[in-house]
Amino acid sequence: MVSWTRPLARIVTVLLLSFLVTTAVLVLVDAPPLRTLGILLRGGFGSPAKIGQTFAVWVPLLLASSALLLTFAAGLWNIGIEGQIILGAVFATGFLRPFPEGGGVFLVAGALAAGMVGGALWAVTAGALKTWGNVHEIFGGLGLNFVGLGLTLWLIFGPWRRPGVASMSGTEPLHPSLWLREMAGLSLSPVSLIAGVLAFGAMVLLLRRSRWGLTLRAVGQNPEAALLFGLRPNRRILEAMAVCGALAGLAGALQVVGVYHRLLPAISSSYGYTALLVTMLAAFRPQLIPPICLFFALLNVGSIQLPLQLKLDSSLSGVIQGVLVLAVFLVQGLEERFLFPGRGR
Amino acid sequence: MEFLALTLAGIVSTGAPLVLATLGETLTERAGIINLSLDGSILLAAMAAVAVGLLSGNPWLGLGASGLVGILTAALVAVLGPVLGRSQVAVGFILTLLCRDLAYFLGHPFARKLGPELPVWSLPGISALPFLGVVFGRHSPVVYLSLVLIPLLWWWVFLTGPGLELRAIGEKPQAAFARGIRVHYLRIVYTLVGGALVGLAGGAFSLAVKPGWGRPQGAEGAGWIALALVIFGGWHPVRAALGAYLFAALQVLGITLQEHFPGLPAPLFQVSPFPVMILTLLVVNMGRTGWVQDLAYRYPGLRRWVNRWQATAPAALGRDFQPEKEG
Repeated sequence: MVSWTRPLARIVTVLLLSFLVTTAVLVLVDAPPLRTLGILLRGGFGSPAKIGQTFAVWVPLLLASSALLLTFAAGLWNIGIEGQIILGAVFATGFLRPFPEGGGVFLVAGALAAGMVGGALWAVTAGALKTWGNVHEIFGGLGLNFVGLGLTLWLIFGPWRRPGVASMSGTEPLHPSLWLREMAGLSLSPVSLIAGVLAFGAMVLLLRRSRWGLTLRAVGQNPEAALLFGLRPNRRILEAMAVCGALAGLAGALQVVGVYHRLLPAISSSYGYTALLVTMLAAFRPQLIPPICLFFALLNVGSIQLPLQLKLDSSLSGVIQGVLVLAVFLVQGLEERFLFPGRGR
Repeated sequence: MEFLALTLAGIVSTGAPLVLATLGETLTERAGIINLSLDGSILLAAMAAVAVGLLSGNPWLGLGASGLVGILTAALVAVLGPVLGRSQVAVGFILTLLCRDLAYFLGHPFARKLGPELPVWSLPGISALPFLGVVFGRHSPVVYLSLVLIPLLWWWVFLTGPGLELRAIGEKPQAAFARGIRVHYLRIVYTLVGGALVGLAGGAFSLAVKPGWGRPQGAEGAGWIALALVIFGGWHPVRAALGAYLFAALQVLGITLQEHFPGLPAPLFQVSPFPVMILTLLVVNMGRTGWVQDLAYRYPGLRRWVNRWQATAPAALGRDFQPEKEG
């Protein structure tokens, strides 16, 4: 009958709830709530340059969230995606290090490929720990995230340190000929943008339209049955991890050649964890992923203004993102268990 | 001898927060609920302890605040998980990130200030003993709390009637329900009690072991280690606590190594527990995979070793329970 009223009521409730909680948090630290939120939004969308920055964050979020669609379909909690992004950045930097004089487009392409290999390797390690070692992918992946972080720190302070100054500011910058070209006036490279959109499309097609995607979902929904049907769940799990890791690695490599032009300790910027939130907020519906990524990117970029203008910590963006997902869970749970019970999922 | 005693004393005190968090999570998981939010809730509780301690000038109020934060986080897990039927893992993971960011955001004004600290108690009688006095004699009250809780929880879980009910609701909630045990109610109670201990772990960090607040505080990652230790400990309070002391020993060793190799960056030592975490989980979990079972079948000598290290989770861990839907 009125099929749109319920989704609308749901969205309004979620937004209202999140707004109230965020306001309460801001009041706790004596910050003006409306002004703070205004600064946050204007900081991400106020000028063409800021919109460019927001889209520059949108790309790695979109890459990682699309990648996570696969692992979630296979029933996997790929928390290790953060480390897979890091390893992509490490492999890309390692690939370009022998060329301090710079080079051409082939080197950059090679670096992106190397990043994909690095991410996939890290992901398959977590997958193998699960399939051969029975270690849950949450713990395997999380442990590997920290190992990846340790590896990055060791490289930056050890073998890859800048001559004279080993510091948290990262490795020696790449030769400018190895930087991805940016659009005029925007800190956003068209190559990254295209890569993000293509990867998203490819993942959706793979999941919805390919036989492999179907088997993946079968494995995710019922591993025992999948085993009996000869779908080789362990093999599918490793494949899903490899593809997911490759995309995450691509995101990391793009951060190196397209954004920072060097390896930093915080090269992954928690995009992997944020992407997990995006995928949960989208409730695994692919069409919701690009807009949610854009909104989260806007919050991330806007929050950079908070320490500058209001002396607040930039982690407010993470707070809002987390509150949004929890509010969605709360509303869904209330609907299923108390308001409209008995309809099943 | 003196050096050994001092090292052991260091392990007992640095291990205290890990022990508290591990014991709390063991209780929660024994009841069949996963509170995955540990890494965030410990940080938020640590921040609350410093904030309340600074504002009130009383570290004991700070400790109370940390426990309260742990209870509130656990209450969110309980409401969204068992009550509203959302995935406990998903809720816990979101709370991990949310609590961490909330801690950094709210704790910003309290960062790098000389924080309040709990007093050091010296136990009359014991502190005068030659060796034991050095190891156990002078500690923060939270350290004594962690020491007392280990045998207490073991007794509660394995030797008392309520402990039997606790194990029942985690293993076979349907059967427990049929016997008239209030499954939902008890699960929520144990989630809250476990959460309180997790919160106190945060307070133990910021009021005793690593005093003060900052970004990073230094307790980052400890929650994940505690979650892994619950598995390593096979959901047994004593084994889990021993695991916590093992990690504390590694940490103390790391500090010593750092003094000998000043060239290595400090964050490297912070990440060093994680490869160990993966290895320990591999040891206690690998035995149940097909290929290890095959090997154990072929070599009987291996079989005993494999079986001894197995950790078996409570059968209903993380599963949603709705009595009216059970067949």
